[in-house]
Amino acid sequence: MTATVVEAKARRRSATPSPAPVRRRSFAVRFAHYKWLYLLMLPGLAYFAIFRYGPMYGVSIAFKDFVPYLGVNGSPWVGFANFTEFFSDPDFPRLLGNTLILAGLSLGIAFPLTIVMALLLNEVRLTILKRTVQTLVYIPHFLSWTIVASLSFLLFSLDVGPLFHFVNGILGTHIDFLSDPAWFRPLIVLQDIWKNTGWGTIIFLAALAGVDQNQYEAAILDGAGRFQRMWHVTLPSIRSTIVVMLILAIGQMLNTGFEQIYLMTNALNRGVADVFDTYVYFVGITQGAYSYSTTVGLFKSLVGIVLIFGTNWLAKRFNQSGLF
Amino acid sequence: MKIHNTTGGRIFDGANYVFLTLIGIVTLLPFVYVVAGSFATEVEITQRPFFVWPNHISFDSYAYIFSTPAFTRALITTVLVTAVGTAVQLLLTVTMAYPLSKRALPGRRLILNLVVFAMVFSGGMIPTFLLVKDLGLLNNYWALILPAAINPFSLIIIKNFFQELPQELEESAKMDGATEVGVLWRILLPLSKPVLATFALFYAVGIWNDFMSPLLYLNDNSMWTLQMYLRQVTAASDLIGSGQQVDPNFIPPTQGVKFAVIVVATLPILVFYPFLQKHFAKGMLIGSVKG
Repeated sequence: MTATVVEAKARRRSATPSPAPVRRRSFAVRFAHYKWLYLLMLPGLAYFAIFRYGPMYGVSIAFKDFVPYLGVNGSPWVGFANFTEFFSDPDFPRLLGNTLILAGLSLGIAFPLTIVMALLLNEVRLTILKRTVQTLVYIPHFLSWTIVASLSFLLFSLDVGPLFHFVNGILGTHIDFLSDPAWFRPLIVLQDIWKNTGWGTIIFLAALAGVDQNQYEAAILDGAGRFQRMWHVTLPSIRSTIVVMLILAIGQMLNTGFEQIYLMTNALNRGVADVFDTYVYFVGITQGAYSYSTTVGLFKSLVGIVLIFGTNWLAKRFNQSGLF
Repeated sequence: MKIHNTTGGRIFDGANYVFLTLIGIVTLLPFVYVVAGSFATEVEITQRPFFVWPNHISFDSYAYIFSTPAFTRALITTVLVTAVGTAVQLLLTVTMAYPLSKRALPGRRLILNLVVFAMVFSGGMIPTFLLVKDLGLLNNYWALILPAAINPFSLIIIKNFFQELPQELEESAKMDGATEVGVLWRILLPLSKPVLATFALFYAVGIWNDFMSPLLYLNDNSMWTLQMYLRQVTAASDLIGSGQQVDPNFIPPTQGVKFAVIVVATLPILVFYPFLQKHFAKGMLIGSVKG
C-alpha cells in the first residue's frame, strides 16, 4: 500500500535465501522441532480461537431463535426469518437512512477536509510551525469518545456552555444544540472533524513527502504558480493514496462508531440518532432480542465486505491501483 | 532545492500560516477552558461565559471529587485494569508474534491468514457479549482485557519487526546453547524495547479510553471505570428516559466537578502523549501494509 519503504524491505528480506533444512522431514518431526515455538504461541492461538472465532460461530444465532437456556447449539433453526422480519421492520429504512446520511457527511466533508489540511501542512516550510500544529491537531485522536462527548456537553450546555451562548448570539436564536434533533448530525460531524482530521493527515503527509521534487522544478519552469502546482503536480502524485483511503473509508461506512453515537444519543434525538451499531445495542443488550440484533449486526458486516470489494473493483476498472 | 517565491506565493504562505495557527489554537481551546474551569469557583463558571484563566483559583472541585468514594474507586480501578491489561495484552502479542516471525514454521501461512481474516470480519457485539457471558466474565474486570487482548495490526507489525532483525544474532545465541524462549527473552526483547514501549502505550490508551466494554460487561455500578463515571457525571440529566445505564442513587454534580473529572480522565493521555508521538506515525504507516 502506501508504505513502500517497508514493502521494499520485506521484499529484500524474502529475496535472501531462507534456511529450510527441515523441509523434507515428516510433519511429526517438523512439529517436534518447533514444539517450543508452538507452546509459546499457544496462549495467542487460544485467544484467536476463543475470542475472535468463537463469536463468528455465535453469528449462527442470526439464523436461529436464540433461547438463553438452550444455548447457541440447542436453539432451533429458523432460516432467514430474522432477516425477513428486519427488512420489513419500519425501523430498517430509518436506520439505513440515518447511517447512510452520517456516512455521507463523513465522506463528503471530513474526508476532503483531511486532504486539504494535509496539503496546507505540506506547503509550510517553517518547520517549527509545522511541527507545533501537527502536535496539537493529533492530540484529540487519543482522547476517548467519552471525553469528546463530555466536552461537547459542557461547551453546548444550556446554563454555562460558551458555545451555546456564542452560536446562539450570532444566530439570534435560543437553540438547545444537544437535544434538538436537527443539530444532532452537525454536532457528530463537528466532533468527528475535531477528533480525527489531524490524525488522518499523517498518511497523506507521508505520501506527499514522496512526491518527486523534479516535477515541481519542471512546473516552475513552465510558469506554474502555487495553486497550479498543487492542482497539477501534488494532487495527482498522491492520487493512489487518496483512492486507497477512500476504499477503506467506504468499507467502514456503516461502522458509524458505536461509542460516539451512543454517547450523543438522548430521548429527544433517537429518531435521527439511531444507527445500526447503537440499534444492535439497544435491541440486543437492553431488550434481550439476541437473535434479531445479531441479524442486524451480520447484515451490517456483510454490506461492509461487499462495499470494500465493490469499491476496490471499481477503482481497478478506472485504472487506479486498488487495495488488493 | 530552493523554490523562488513570488508575491502571490508569499501572500499564500502568510494566510496559510495564520490559518494553521488558528486551527491549532481552536483544537486546544476546549481543553484550556476545561482546565481553567476545573480551578475556578462555581460562581465564576456560571457567571463568565468563557475564560482561559480563572479570576480566583480554587481547588474545591478537586478536593470534592477526591473525597467521594465513587470517584476514587473508579480511578484506582481504571489504573489497575490498565496496568494489568497492558501487561497481559503485550505478553500475548509478543509470544504469538515471535513464532510467526519464523519463516520455516509449519502452519505459519495458515495462522497468518486466519489472523488477517479476523481483521476483516468479526462476530460483532452480540455474539461476543454472549460468549463473555457464557465464560462467566460478566461483572469481571477480565472482560475489559481479554476480548481485545491481541490487536491483529499490532501483532503483524511486531512480527514484521522481529523478522527484520539480523538472523546472525539468533544463530550465534543458539550456538551458545540458548533455547527459543532464551533467544526471545535475552536477545530480541532488549533490541525491541522502543517498539514494544510504543505498542504498550497504544494498548494502555485503548484500555484507559474504553467505554464500550465496561458498558457491555459491567452492570454493577460499584465496578464502574473512570470513563463510565465521567459519562454519569457529565450527562446524568440527559440520560433519563433514553434507555441507557444510570446509577439511580446519583446526586447531580456541580459544574466544577464535571470540569475536574474531565481533566483527571484526560491527564494521563496528555502526559504520555509525547512518548506516543515519537513513534506513532511510523507505527501507523507500517500498520497500513498488508499482512
